[in-house]
Amino acid sequence: MVIFGIDLVLLIPALMISATPVLLAAIGEAVVEKSGVLNLGVEGMMITGAVIGFIIAVNTQVPIYGFFCAAVAGAILSVIFALLTQYMMSNQVATGLGLTMVGLGLSALIGKPYEGIKSPTLAKIEIPILSDIPILGPMIFSHDAIVYFSIFVIALVAFVINKTRIGLVLRAVGENQEAAHALGYKVIRIRFIAIMFGGATAGIGGAYISLARVPQWTEGMTAGAGWIALALVVFASWKPWRVLLGAYLFGGITVLQLNLQAIGVAIPVEILSMSPYLVTIVVLVGISLFGHHTAPGSLARPFHASQ
Amino acid sequence: MKFKSVLTGVLLAFGLGTAAVAADVKVGFVYVGPIGDGGWTYEHDKGRLAVEKHFGDRVETIYQENVPEGADAERVMTTMAMQGADLIFTTSFGYMDPTINVAKKFPNVKFEHATGYKRSDNVSTYSARFYEGRAIQGHIAGKMTKTNKVGYIASFPIPEVIRGINSAYIHAKKVNPDIEFNIIWVYTWFDPAKEADAAKALIDQGADVVLQHTDSTAPQAAAKEAGNVITFGQASDMGEYAPMPRVSSIIDDWAPYYIARTQAVLDGTWESVDTWDGIGPGMVGIGEISDAVPADVKAEALAMRDAIANGTYHPFTGPIKKQDGSDWLAAGETSDDGTLLGMNFYVEGITAEVPK
Repeated sequence: MVIFGIDLVLLIPALMISATPVLLAAIGEAVVEKSGVLNLGVEGMMITGAVIGFIIAVNTQVPIYGFFCAAVAGAILSVIFALLTQYMMSNQVATGLGLTMVGLGLSALIGKPYEGIKSPTLAKIEIPILSDIPILGPMIFSHDAIVYFSIFVIALVAFVINKTRIGLVLRAVGENQEAAHALGYKVIRIRFIAIMFGGATAGIGGAYISLARVPQWTEGMTAGAGWIALALVVFASWKPWRVLLGAYLFGGITVLQLNLQAIGVAIPVEILSMSPYLVTIVVLVGISLFGHHTAPGSLARPFHASQ
Repeated sequence: MKFKSVLTGVLLAFGLGTAAVAADVKVGFVYVGPIGDGGWTYEHDKGRLAVEKHFGDRVETIYQENVPEGADAERVMTTMAMQGADLIFTTSFGYMDPTINVAKKFPNVKFEHATGYKRSDNVSTYSARFYEGRAIQGHIAGKMTKTNKVGYIASFPIPEVIRGINSAYIHAKKVNPDIEFNIIWVYTWFDPAKEADAAKALIDQGADVVLQHTDSTAPQAAAKEAGNVITFGQASDMGEYAPMPRVSSIIDDWAPYYIARTQAVLDGTWESVDTWDGIGPGMVGIGEISDAVPADVKAEALAMRDAIANGTYHPFTGPIKKQDGSDWLAAGETSDDGTLLGMNFYVEGITAEVPK
């Protein structure tokens, strides 16, 4: 299916691959922020996941182990953040920035011997029957496991946050920490778990860059993806499906504009280059104009049971 | 990235403030990407290490990575100058105005700006004639492409990049009249994910040669994944991707220049100069042409390299017309450096437009 000289069968999979790292990082951060914590260390957790995932995948030759260890690494890094901000009451903004620096420095250090090495590639999973559908099959039902996993995580988070008791408690903690505490919920413990979840998904997102999107290890290779994820959470008004929409819009238009440039379409390059940012913001802000959407009430406010 | 560099700058200031050793000369380096990019910054840092090795205790070097092009760069240079740096190399085009600005405030500090064109009493400029290497790449690309489509990942629309595109195109066209260049501007020097996306987009659009003017090895990895696509190492050899997809490379060798300029400061003979060296003096190296290139094409490429090196061939030799069809160079005429340094037009045959 070719539209304006661009083959959608090639474009859509490229779009999904391009969006997946940011998608995973953003959905984790959305959960963290829903619990009332602002973790600006997404970039640091992503790059740590990228390097750990790469090292493990190269040494075991099994990419899935890499992703698993990347999740663990991201979570461990986030535990440092959780300990500092939740128990030692450090400032969340400064600690998050610190986490990013630690992640960037640490990954550069331990990744040094792995520069220029090729990683094992992730096998594509063709979903039986569905992947045989002409056009649609290769477009949507023929991806690697992590792409499916990322969509599953979105669905899971949307379900848990909106339809379950756990989600209600999480939101209560994020909206009004004193009230949640008065009701007997363990504010700190819940936040701790949310932060670790955010770390794990950011780690997987980072590993997806080094193991699937590029695939290789280069120092500083996330190049700001963590900051895009943070912005996306806000523009998606903390709603999981909108995070997906935003990530796919951003990833999609990024890939589309590169393709449009490649075929030499007569639109100024400057406009094409800024279009991913512009369109994503306009669309998400447009949606948010309808209905009531504000940040979680206790976002970035420290909590101590004695207060 | 910005926050990182801001805070590392602070740490750098504290760290080096206390560790001042009695070296004769302190040399600072400002890098646009990380040392581990495997390309541009990696080679500049190799130059820095060569300076350290050459002078030993007489010279101390400091550097900062990932410095954004803009106001942040001025802050980094100012910090270095205040730490007592005698000579500061600023290694990206976008540091041009910041370098001039900071140099005004520190008349006793010598500055060296890479790839720019603004000089003053204490600011030199230096660059390499990368377009000489691009000519060889274009020749190999034109000979080897099966789809007649060459993909080009361009960074910013500055003369240096446009010159490279023109040089590669002219020489590809010469050996393959059906050649077509697809150019993508990514507006970054270093973003592996975006560079890989761009390479994939070009390959999806039918390119089987991908040339890059960005700093990371990501396009090499993307080409390797796609198979049957050839690439060239950029700024550094990128030999880990040989023999395929990387079939050759342009290698920047800054070490001799950095050593010479540091020596000049030590001797007190430093003065503002404009250096623009190519394959001949060794500032531009052509990485080994791999066996994936047919023997006759390899021989031609090497002959071209030697002709450029000894001055018998200039990559911009007429007849060449500009994109709009107007005459630029008459038959046998070669371009003057001024036109090359300010190049803001494509040559005839390229279908895209130069971004304004």
